[in-house]
Amino acid sequence: MPGHENPMFPGVASKAGDHPNPGFLARSGSPAMPFHSLGENEFMPDTRERGSGWGRVDVRPPADPSGRNPGIPLDMDRVGTIRLNRSALERRATTLGTRRSVKKEWQAAWLLRALTLMDLTTLSGDDTPGTVRRLCAKARNPLRPDLLDGLEVRELTPTVAAVCVYHSFVAVAVESLEGSSIPVAAVSTAFPHGLAPLSTRLAEIRASVEAGAREIDVVINRMHVLTGDWEALYDEVRAFRDACGEAHLKTILATGELATLTNVARASAVCMMAGSDFIKTSTGKETENATLPVGLAMVRQIRAYAEGTGHRVGFKPAGGIRTARQALTWLILMKEELGDAWLTPELFRFGASSLLGDLERQLEHHLTGRYSAFHRHPMA
Amino acid sequence: MPTIAEIFETMEYGPAPESPDPAKAWLEEHGRRFGHFIAGDWTDPADDQLFESRCPADDTLLAHVAQGTPAEVSQAVAAARESFPEWAGLDGHRRARHLYALARGVQKHARLFAVLESMDNGKPIRESRDLDIPLVARHFYHHAGWAQVLDREFPGRPPLGVAAQVIPWNFPLLMMAWKVAPALAAGNTVVLKPAEHTPLTALLFAELARETGLPAGVLNVVTGDSRTGEALVSHDDVDKVAFTGSTEVGRRIREATAGSGKALSLELGGKSPFLVYDDADLDSVVEGVVDAIWFNQGQVCCAGSRILVQEGVAETLERKLRNRMETLRMGHPLDKAVDMGAIVAPVQLERIASLVEQGRREGAHIWQPSWAMPEDGLFYPPTLCTDVAPAGTLARVEIFGPVVALMTFRTPDESVALANNTRYGLAASVWTEDVNLALDIAPRIKAGTVWVNCTNLFDAASGFGGYRESGYGREGGREGMEEYLGARRDPEAEAVPSTGSRTGSAPAGGIGRDSDGAPGGAASEDPDARSSGIAAEGVGVDRTVKLLIGGRQRRPDGDQGLVVVNPAGDPVGVVARGNRKDVRNAVEAARKAAAGWQEAPAHLRAQILYYLAENLELRRHELAHRLSEHTGVPPDWAHREVDLSLRRLFDYAAWADKWDGRVHATPFRNVTLAMHEPVGVLGMVASPDAPLLGLVSIVAPALALGNTVVAVPSERYPLVTGDLIQLVETSDLPAGAVNLVTGRPGEVVPTLADHDDVDGIWYFGGDEALAREVELRSTGNLKRCWVDRDAARRWASPVEGAGHAFLQAATQVKNVWVPYGA
Repeated sequence: MPGHENPMFPGVASKAGDHPNPGFLARSGSPAMPFHSLGENEFMPDTRERGSGWGRVDVRPPADPSGRNPGIPLDMDRVGTIRLNRSALERRATTLGTRRSVKKEWQAAWLLRALTLMDLTTLSGDDTPGTVRRLCAKARNPLRPDLLDGLEVRELTPTVAAVCVYHSFVAVAVESLEGSSIPVAAVSTAFPHGLAPLSTRLAEIRASVEAGAREIDVVINRMHVLTGDWEALYDEVRAFRDACGEAHLKTILATGELATLTNVARASAVCMMAGSDFIKTSTGKETENATLPVGLAMVRQIRAYAEGTGHRVGFKPAGGIRTARQALTWLILMKEELGDAWLTPELFRFGASSLLGDLERQLEHHLTGRYSAFHRHPMA
Repeated sequence: MPTIAEIFETMEYGPAPESPDPAKAWLEEHGRRFGHFIAGDWTDPADDQLFESRCPADDTLLAHVAQGTPAEVSQAVAAARESFPEWAGLDGHRRARHLYALARGVQKHARLFAVLESMDNGKPIRESRDLDIPLVARHFYHHAGWAQVLDREFPGRPPLGVAAQVIPWNFPLLMMAWKVAPALAAGNTVVLKPAEHTPLTALLFAELARETGLPAGVLNVVTGDSRTGEALVSHDDVDKVAFTGSTEVGRRIREATAGSGKALSLELGGKSPFLVYDDADLDSVVEGVVDAIWFNQGQVCCAGSRILVQEGVAETLERKLRNRMETLRMGHPLDKAVDMGAIVAPVQLERIASLVEQGRREGAHIWQPSWAMPEDGLFYPPTLCTDVAPAGTLARVEIFGPVVALMTFRTPDESVALANNTRYGLAASVWTEDVNLALDIAPRIKAGTVWVNCTNLFDAASGFGGYRESGYGREGGREGMEEYLGARRDPEAEAVPSTGSRTGSAPAGGIGRDSDGAPGGAASEDPDARSSGIAAEGVGVDRTVKLLIGGRQRRPDGDQGLVVVNPAGDPVGVVARGNRKDVRNAVEAARKAAAGWQEAPAHLRAQILYYLAENLELRRHELAHRLSEHTGVPPDWAHREVDLSLRRLFDYAAWADKWDGRVHATPFRNVTLAMHEPVGVLGMVASPDAPLLGLVSIVAPALALGNTVVAVPSERYPLVTGDLIQLVETSDLPAGAVNLVTGRPGEVVPTLADHDDVDGIWYFGGDEALAREVELRSTGNLKRCWVDRDAARRWASPVEGAGHAFLQAATQVKNVWVPYGA
């Protein structure tokens, strides 16, 4: 895969291997694909046809060598033209899971992939160092050894993509994960409401980075979106990005509180312009969590941003994703709308906690043909 | 097979096969050999009558089915006829139970139906499973409801009798449901002929019908090719013909049924526009295109096969489309993860390929995605054609395959002009985030269905059908039920006094000799000249009536007149002898007036009809006097005829702003607006009974609902034209809204029926041969015909001479789907 051009965006190199933890997944080249599958080299749209719309391909800036999204100046013309059609997105969302289906070995492999894309998360008011350590232990060994053997994937040494905690537990998580190369992500900026003074929020980011967090999940101030104050949103996320330093910025839009898909899409665009490495749907604390229409609204902005700027931004649906079935549908959404590059932890994460248990059960079912139970798998 | 570790890297989809076993088991049960389903039982066909039904994706033999002979068709029609009285006589609730049982039955066997459909037709199992079969069940549920409420919602409307239904191969079971459900709900019995390529699900359905207890003979299925279909639609004992298929075959059926008295509905081809404005959500547009043209391999009559995109976003859309086309998956229809399956038959595949090739030769740029197609089976890749001119094959011809032409426009007006630049008018799709624009465009597009920001949505509650050469009649909804119900009769109706005008050879008054055709062969004379032999001595000034065309009195093109005689044979006046050119001029005038009159507020149209009534009242006595003198009806009847005519004008003035459309309750978050639109330019031939009332009764509803009219007054008393001209001229009716052309029916009526810019024709002239000719000649542009063969229409009755039937015929329903959501 490395070295191949991205199928959706010619000229945008795949950044597999650019991840801060390149060792956590061993990669090999793609074997030949069946006729109906998309071979990466086959997909080379005629570049002569490109270049209208947002940014011309031939004048876009080169990708940041770090693989990160450096952001671009706020482009209000662009933001203003974004309008989404909710009913059309809902129809597409409804058929994503019915147009595609993965079965048998393919399903097992996809579930395993889902497992490696998880930000294993605990964000409870009653978290303690003890619960966080337990979570980290699970993150290192998410699957029972007998299942790894049965699936013949032991050499892949699959782990989850990151562990996500409150700032108070960053240090203990970093310590627990030492030697594993699994990054710690900290929710920050007065999660989940985001309404503390800016200085407080920036200080919180710096403190988490200081404590060893390599990823920072920030929440935006919804007010900026609901009042259409895109400059304020841009400036704030810019400031978050600067405060992150080397740590990756994952920006939570709290889409359940943004009212319309057009707001979701505009907020997505502004947060990417401001330099977010990931955009994320929800805190998990809103009444409406990650939904497929919201996911479509966001990933299509990611696509437009990549087409316009050459920068690839990751996507993290979070909240309410509990079943293997849901995880497969999200993976299908990513593969269909953005392509295989967005099925890697560099560009895609699930924010979830209970999902892991269902993935384990389904993988066991694949091996035994019997339906499994939660208590048969070590808890986090 | 790759290992899990390998798939983990590649993240391929892998195969996801749906099992063909249930379908195979059912086919085996029947020994893979099927007769026809007639009178509740299978026939046993001879070996030499069998033909094969094969799976287009892998060319496996599915079954042998029988080629229906004319004798077998007759047998099926006889079975349907025999069961008709009992079925029609069932209480609506009992019929509702049967339809309900059919709906349940389809759901119970949904998987078998879906798998069999995909194997027979080649469509992806996702589509048959998630769209076709659920819509079939929905259609029977919906129509169980119509059976239940029929007597209250359509009081006095009888079923038509035996319905002959011929359906296509693109949605075999769904098209069957669209035909069978309303027919049965209304109390008709059915002989169905499924397409030769895809007969199997209809046979399975027949078996289901028997299982659910549908009485024998109510539904009969005869398989076979077009010869079987031809025998069926031209069978003498059929009362109604419903056909879905190509416009070419639709024309042939119109010809074959002309003059037969059979009711006819046609759902034909299309070249539906897909309009994209520069403020549309382009990513959603792309998925819309997928649903528009790659759904069912593009083998969809309403497929959005012409993308019309605003220039500023054309390049972007094109690029997005190409990217999307690269990710479409094509494969065996029973793979649950494919977007496109196989083309139904070799002949269709060849047709698609040759049309695309022709487009390429004409200079179109053809683009297909880079992935390879399955090696075996009948497949054609999704195809995007650019550089297509409006005159190009790819822009005009219905391809019925996964091929879309992309063209650009600059302004909303230009988009409408391009969208309507086609003979067809089945459907359109309009993409914009601007509600003002969407609701401006939708009414201006000539199409039976307009989808705003969506496409190819269907539901039983919303009528589907075409404008123009896409056919007539609707399937689904209230408007669909109309197609299977006969006219309401008025048992109390008062007959028009007979003067022996309609029967017998005795002179009954009316058009006589040419005014210049005096015995002895006198030279041609100007009709204005008072030398017609009727310049009455002492009676008054000679009446020589001209034509009314474009708001002006015109001399006939041929400068000839026709003498009108009273029942005693005495000449009473001269009317103009209109010819082809006069008809042409009248149609042009009507066309010119059409847009303005259609857009005039209903209130204004009502005011003008009232004004006509007012002016009629002023002439009441003189008109009645002339009617009586010239046609021989008793004076009190003549007065009554004038009074009834005035009432008719009031009637339709009243209706003008009350014949509302509806909002259909389709099960989506949207409004489905069933808008009543005028048919357009209507040709009309008035009844010889009640020459004034008969004419007013047809012109008034047409005008009230926004049509413009070219009317041929009755040949029995065409002098009424003179009075009408005066009425029209004093009543603020815009020039061209009504045009009156007198003449010999045999000369003017065929020209009117022929004219390709006349949208519909109503014939009440009472001449059976001419009635047939009207229907025969209507095929050029497939104009809507309303031909009254039943000479017994009693015009004085408010039931038979006025009301819903007239309003219905003066309207076509356009369903505009507007989904919403912030």
